[in-house]
Amino acid sequence: MSESPTAAERKRAAEAETPEAGGSENTEEDGETRETSTVPETGAAAIVAALEAANVDTAFGVQGGAIMPVYDELYGSSVRHITMAHEQGAAHAADAYGIVAGEPGVCLATSGPGATNLVTGIADASMDSDAMLALTGQVPTEFVGNDAFQEVDTIGITTPITKHNYFAEDSKTVGDVVGEAFALANTGRPGPTLVDLPKDVSFGDADGEPAPPEPPARADPDPAADPSAVETAARAIERAERPVCLFGGGVIKGDASEEARTFARELGVPVVTTMPGIGSFPEGDPLCLEWAGMHGTGYANMAITHTDLLIGVGTRFDDRLTGGVETFAPEAEVVHVDIDPAEVSKNIYADYPLIGDAGTVLEQLRAEIQQPPDAEAWRDQCEQWTEEYPMTYRADEDEPLKPQFVVEAFDEATDDDTVVTAGVGQHQMWAAQFWTFTEPRTWLSSHGLGTMGYGVPGAIGARVALDDAGETDRDVVCFDGDGSFLMTMQELSVAVREHMDVTFVVLNNEYIGMVRQWQDAFFEGRHMASDYNWMPEFDTLAEAFGARGFRIDDYDEVSEVVEEALAYDGPSVVDAHVDPDENVYPMVPSGGANGLFALSEDQL
Amino acid sequence: MSGESDVPRDGLPGPAPEERPHPEGRRNKQGIRIDPAAEAEKQPRRAVISALVDHEPGVLSRVSGLVSRRQFNIESLTVGPTTVEGHARITMAVEEPDPGIDQIKKQLSKLIPVIAVGELDDDAISTEVALLKVGGEEPDKVHAVTEMYDGTTKDAGPETITVQLTGDTATIDDAVNAFRQFGIIEIARTGPTALAHGSKTTVPGERPAYMGEPTTTADAERERNGSIESDEETNANADRNTEVNTR
Ligand SMILES: Cc1ncc(C[n+]2csc(CCOP(=O)(O)OP(=O)(O)O)c2C)c(N)n1
Repeated sequence: MSESPTAAERKRAAEAETPEAGGSENTEEDGETRETSTVPETGAAAIVAALEAANVDTAFGVQGGAIMPVYDELYGSSVRHITMAHEQGAAHAADAYGIVAGEPGVCLATSGPGATNLVTGIADASMDSDAMLALTGQVPTEFVGNDAFQEVDTIGITTPITKHNYFAEDSKTVGDVVGEAFALANTGRPGPTLVDLPKDVSFGDADGEPAPPEPPARADPDPAADPSAVETAARAIERAERPVCLFGGGVIKGDASEEARTFARELGVPVVTTMPGIGSFPEGDPLCLEWAGMHGTGYANMAITHTDLLIGVGTRFDDRLTGGVETFAPEAEVVHVDIDPAEVSKNIYADYPLIGDAGTVLEQLRAEIQQPPDAEAWRDQCEQWTEEYPMTYRADEDEPLKPQFVVEAFDEATDDDTVVTAGVGQHQMWAAQFWTFTEPRTWLSSHGLGTMGYGVPGAIGARVALDDAGETDRDVVCFDGDGSFLMTMQELSVAVREHMDVTFVVLNNEYIGMVRQWQDAFFEGRHMASDYNWMPEFDTLAEAFGARGFRIDDYDEVSEVVEEALAYDGPSVVDAHVDPDENVYPMVPSGGANGLFALSEDQL
Repeated sequence: MSGESDVPRDGLPGPAPEERPHPEGRRNKQGIRIDPAAEAEKQPRRAVISALVDHEPGVLSRVSGLVSRRQFNIESLTVGPTTVEGHARITMAVEEPDPGIDQIKKQLSKLIPVIAVGELDDDAISTEVALLKVGGEEPDKVHAVTEMYDGTTKDAGPETITVQLTGDTATIDDAVNAFRQFGIIEIARTGPTALAHGSKTTVPGERPAYMGEPTTTADAERERNGSIESDEETNANADRNTEVNTR
């Protein structure tokens, strides 16, 4: 294994090998030029040229017959390719890469099973509005529709889960199409796009450089909201007595965290985030009530329930946030800022719809508001709720280790700019609840789709994005459940191969705990298929992969292992055996009222 | 924060649900704040939606797939090319409460091949075609009913008579009822296709097609990014984005 060069070495070697004769020069933003290959002569070459023109540093994928021509062109390209163990891993890694880098992540797969393996990751990106470009191989055009070997209707399958997908028809235009798809992914409301590439199109003749990546004109929305609508919303904000800002993932994806912070602080409006909005507003700030929803804080849910003016920015009012819509912010007028008009009044009616880019509209509002709302009493009330409903847990030395303690230990041992990823389940909620997030693009999780297995490949994508940006000293920590880890842990092999510095923490409760919690609460404790006491020893497994493995059973082992795992330069896995009976609270039962969150099982 | 002794063994401290203040307000299922005594759910209404689209492979499946997976109640859908090369018009009749109709328009507008979406007013010109195959025992009577509805007989044999009807949906419904007496053997209806009344455009920003030769897509694209504005566009901010998929 040690004989094969690392990806970075390969990239450098490839760059050095690039033939100079006839090479076109690609002007980068910083004014430097770099050599790329000769004028693309095939569709595949045009596809790779389009990626290079879009300044794609890294792509994630798995080889295969129908995508081979494209891979062949990646040989010697400036685009670094990271081979993943499974295409689902490639999609999640690209998704996470995109979030951290702020530009679309790219993944590749072959036709048929390669494409279907991407599907979960594409759907995940779609639900969370993550910019991503998927390139899939397809059987040659003449076989399409004939049930050819490894044929699947990728366009049909991915239509509902992409922002737009393209079936490439012509080798002469395929480069332009890839550029457009890349640009579209990050235009307006971000999302995944896909280009399906029949093998003959990849092999066919191309003529010339692809057009620069530009989104289709009709997909490029106006960033500013209608000024008269801004004016009316501003008046409503001025007269509010119990205002709340609700910052969603759109604030982060729209790079509007700065504007959001200034807005809330200048107006003295308490802030609640959604779970995808975590990091948009610093959790240590006195105005911050953290996140609302099913497992959000009691104080956030109280504030949401009693507000008279909810300023929702970049949120789609998902049911995990709202609970039953009948009881969601029932007395609030709603200001809704969103770049996607279809999100406005979809789930919660917006009294003041403001269609536009989050940052731009918040600045428009700020310029229009003459006087902050008179909300001192309300701020006091919110503060009182934070005292009444503390986020805490018992950590008795003689009892099994509490997962929350492990999360806090890692939080304390790392810097604010650490990127945290998670699987799906109780561990995800504890990570979200007990890590103090202060910066945008540091909390990566599968929110909308709730995909177990996101954590490991997500951490890999995040690591690569940080490294590509030269931010090698920032930490990446993945909190996973034993069940979630088992779903995509094969990607550990990639982390080892590429020598990635990531700390994977398995909060191992030998249950698929979130299911067990619901079974205890709603199915009379019948643990049907949720008892996972057949888990492997993850620390030993980590060593088998070539990573460092650690195990924690008790409180007194925590700090040392945390330190060693973080200090280890490479992937490490901490198998933390935690209290199998611990549950996540507060909890708003599905469809329930946010203000009636349960603090313990007997309140459900 | 950790290790606090007043924390219960299972769960969190704090006032129980019944000890908390509760707001009086309510929303309906559509997320609209209501006076619980006065206002109930919004009732469904019938709307005709017109979408101008790029006439490319798969556009119909994108549109129909969107409608079905979002559980919108669609009654009919007709498609046909326009005089602009590369464009087609899709006309959809739907039955939904207002928020649903709004969603259909907004979601449709988001599809990349959709150029613009409009909802037709009550005074729109709307027509539907139906073919009816009825029993042929009483040809004279069938003929009389056909005349009454301005239909035409397309085929008459000893066993069956097939007539063609055109008209708005209500007229066709009436006619179908009238033909029941002869025994309807088969029926094919298109559902309404429609255009806005008079000089109003059917979808916002639509280029008048009578101006000359059929325009090319490139012309239309230029036009779309140009300055044509419809009445609807001057409305509220939400409407602007609802109706027009363009910038
Ligand atoms: C791919 C997938 N399959 C099933 C589920 C349903 N599900 C939600 S949470 C959960 C349990 C997760 O268990 P684990 O990863 O061990 O985490 P824990 O809850 O124990 O922290 C399951 C099975 C899901 N979200 N995703």
